[in-house]
Amino acid sequence: MHPVASQGTDHGHSIRLYLLVWGWLFVLSACSYLVDYFHLQGILRWSLILLFMIVKAGLIMAVFMHLAWERLALIYAILAPPIAILIFAAIMTAEASYTFLTRLNVLAGQ
Amino acid sequence: MTETVLPPLPTVDGPPSRWRRFSGEWAADRQAFAGASWRKAMMWIFLLSDTFVFGCFLIGYMTVRMSTTVPWPNASEVFALEIGGTELPLILIAIMTFVLISSSGTMAMAVAQGYKRNRRATALLMLATAVLGATFVGMQAFEWTKLIREGVRPWTNSWGAHQFGSTFFMITGFHGTHVTIGVIVLAIVARKVWRGDFDVGRRGFFTSQRGGYENVEIAGLYWHFVDLVWVFIFALFYLW
Repeated sequence: MHPVASQGTDHGHSIRLYLLVWGWLFVLSACSYLVDYFHLQGILRWSLILLFMIVKAGLIMAVFMHLAWERLALIYAILAPPIAILIFAAIMTAEASYTFLTRLNVLAGQ
Repeated sequence: MTETVLPPLPTVDGPPSRWRRFSGEWAADRQAFAGASWRKAMMWIFLLSDTFVFGCFLIGYMTVRMSTTVPWPNASEVFALEIGGTELPLILIAIMTFVLISSSGTMAMAVAQGYKRNRRATALLMLATAVLGATFVGMQAFEWTKLIREGVRPWTNSWGAHQFGSTFFMITGFHGTHVTIGVIVLAIVARKVWRGDFDVGRRGFFTSQRGGYENVEIAGLYWHFVDLVWVFIFALFYLW
């Protein structure tokens, strides 16, 4: 694969691959639904939900959105900035816990 | 707009490594996204900004859910439907998920057919995608109607934490708007494909630019993004 010639458009248009990914998306969605249907709880529930979510997102981005055939410059420009969202989520986790504890304190004093 | 064709990067010995190419593309005063056309690069950058919008919504939802002392309504029961006498948990949301995934599949096929320049197959597959998208929006309207009848408001509901209503209407409403816009875009591009605009190089009504079958792929990028966002909403809002 020549670096400049790779357009991201001339690769990966095999119908077979699309059907395979399509099938997997159905299976993974059914699995996440079954997690709820069988009332799995606790760590098992969260880890399965997150696992299915990340695998589905990865399949859609890599194959359906052709990211696997794009150049590194574009891939990193897309995938690196959302790290800021994860950091924001971590900050807000701390903030929400603080709010929760403050509320418990105030409500206990009433 | 012309596409800039660049000469390959200078090589010392052998083809440059992955990382050498990566740093070269960003650092050597060149067009950074040389492989992608400006249309596709702009769509990706728009989608990135939209990622931040939905990211902030989901973080807001996480924050109010974590910080409330009132129990959160059980989504499994709230979104349950009675079909044929049995109460099925979350069934409507599951069907909506399958409809949206089906539409993603037909969209991927449409893009593949577009690059083979199969005019009719591309237009019909895009139309199928738009119909599935419209079905999704219709089911969402049904879901909203049901919840509003049961007394869910952005400021209150009868099952638990009041923040449930505000985050539900904000997140699913914004996503539904995206799906609706996607359906309109798909219909417009499908009409252009059907009419043969991309074969004869007819200029667009809005930008006066000559489009190509790449427009199908770009519309597809947006559509797959809408599906991608639903993956996160389904996992974090409905299943959590």
